[in-house]
Amino acid sequence: MRPDLEIIRDWIAPDSRVLDLGCGDGELLWSLRRDRNIAGLGLEIDDDNIVRCIERGVGVIQIDLDEGLRDDFDDRSFDYVVMTQTLQAMRRPDLLLDEMLRVGKEAIVTFPNMGHWRNRMQMLLGGNMPVTPALPAAWYDTANIHLCTIRDFEALCESRSIRRLQRTTVDHNHRASTGARLLPNLMGEIAIYRLGRG
Amino acid sequence: MPDSIPADSVGLVETQYRTFDGPLALDCGRELPGFTLAYETYGTLNDARSNALLICHALSSDQHAAGYHSMDDAKPGWWDSCIGPGKPFDTDEFFVVCPNNLGGCKGSTGPNTANPETGELYASDFPIVTVRDWVRSQKLLADALGITRWAAVAGGSLGGMQAMQWAIDYPDRLAHALLIAAAPKLSAQNIAFNEVARQAIVSDADFNGGRYYGQPAPKKGLMLARMLGHITYLSDDAMRDKFGRELKEGKLNFNFDIEFQVESYLRYQGESFTNRFDANTYLLMTRALDYFDPAADFGGDLAAAFARTAARFLVVSFTTDWRFPPARSREITRALVQAGKQVSYCTVKAHQGHDAFLMPVPQYLAVLDAYTSQILAGV
Repeated sequence: MRPDLEIIRDWIAPDSRVLDLGCGDGELLWSLRRDRNIAGLGLEIDDDNIVRCIERGVGVIQIDLDEGLRDDFDDRSFDYVVMTQTLQAMRRPDLLLDEMLRVGKEAIVTFPNMGHWRNRMQMLLGGNMPVTPALPAAWYDTANIHLCTIRDFEALCESRSIRRLQRTTVDHNHRASTGARLLPNLMGEIAIYRLGRG
Repeated sequence: MPDSIPADSVGLVETQYRTFDGPLALDCGRELPGFTLAYETYGTLNDARSNALLICHALSSDQHAAGYHSMDDAKPGWWDSCIGPGKPFDTDEFFVVCPNNLGGCKGSTGPNTANPETGELYASDFPIVTVRDWVRSQKLLADALGITRWAAVAGGSLGGMQAMQWAIDYPDRLAHALLIAAAPKLSAQNIAFNEVARQAIVSDADFNGGRYYGQPAPKKGLMLARMLGHITYLSDDAMRDKFGRELKEGKLNFNFDIEFQVESYLRYQGESFTNRFDANTYLLMTRALDYFDPAADFGGDLAAAFARTAARFLVVSFTTDWRFPPARSREITRALVQAGKQVSYCTVKAHQGHDAFLMPVPQYLAVLDAYTSQILAGV
């Protein structure tokens, strides 16, 4: 299992309802059902991933997240709305974040931290857009159209009265380190947040 | 005509008949004094009687869902792309049952069968039947076959509506419901198309108030109805690909005979339909479609209608279907999510329009395969 998913899984209380935005092949929801008795639902756009989710018995709805969650989901109808490594690829991450906290009592998001020292070095010394293990694509073919730093993200949360309930930062292998704990925006490659409203 | 039966076909099959005594109360307030259902089965019912799939047919089809009746058949049953050994509804694993709906014209009690009380053909006296009536009759067939719980009830279009009604009316009698290219109720546009089709039939000089048996049938009207219906089954894209503006004779003849290939195709489809279908049945089936609205009993709240369901659901739509477009399947999915039910939904990219649900579209078959493997895991 992907290490970031393992971290998220440990943050989710048993017997809750989870909506996973961009659920991929359904790995997180599948393990949540097995280990945490969780009724989950995934949203996914990719045809092959849809088939994989159905194969493993994970409920999945084929949907383009850029259309937003619209009226498909009632307010606070899920305990958690999760989105891993997808926020930065959305057309309007800010609006989607609002939607996540409308539909879910809490939101869990992960994203690559543009403020990581390796990205800063490549910009400063090389003068080019960073290509790193956590951000492997070139500027012209990346899906990541809205990259941000941890500081940017927290400023957005603050402006929207979104409360930070839990945060961890890890390297691209999803390992925690003392450096990332002490200087998250400089040393953390991937940020993982649990958020609430008000 | 198949030279030989393909390996993934259920092969040669026969229609069976089951007669039920005793009245069947209908939504319209009338009752059928007794009735017969024609049906076909493929595969073998297991000892636990837990591997049975009910397939519900759409507007213009019947109990012959797969295989061939004889080596002279031009085509196999209507859902042969999905039913057979190794296919999504795998007859090596499942026992598949497909009945002809009441009011049909292929052996189930309908306008072209005799009313036991009078000995006369029902003709236009056959009562208006609803999707709920069909489901009620199919439940009696399940009882007769000793099937207490379907592994799944599946159907496309009007068939999907029956599967939906099953989940609502008999929650403990099915484990899964597969709703394909369906809608929670018809739109005004859908009803409008049905009305034009019905008017084409009843205004045919041969219609005779529906009492045309033993006389020339209202073939012109039925043909028009089918031509109209056929346009709504195909997408604009599919028609352009298939016919474009191609001329039948390669030049314009400046008259109103068949000039374009698409005209030739529609006339052929319409004419061949009149040889296999009954006009009174067409009227009944379109009415059942118009009336279908399971949310109506729940103040228009579809989620409330689904509240008592216990099945797991698969909902599938097709991108170019404009008869029951993806948005209609999304309505169903949304209501199921609101009701807290287990559901998966996909929009399959297909250019064939509404008809895509009958076609071997690879992504569609992959989704069905994945889902039926889950059904099988619970059998």
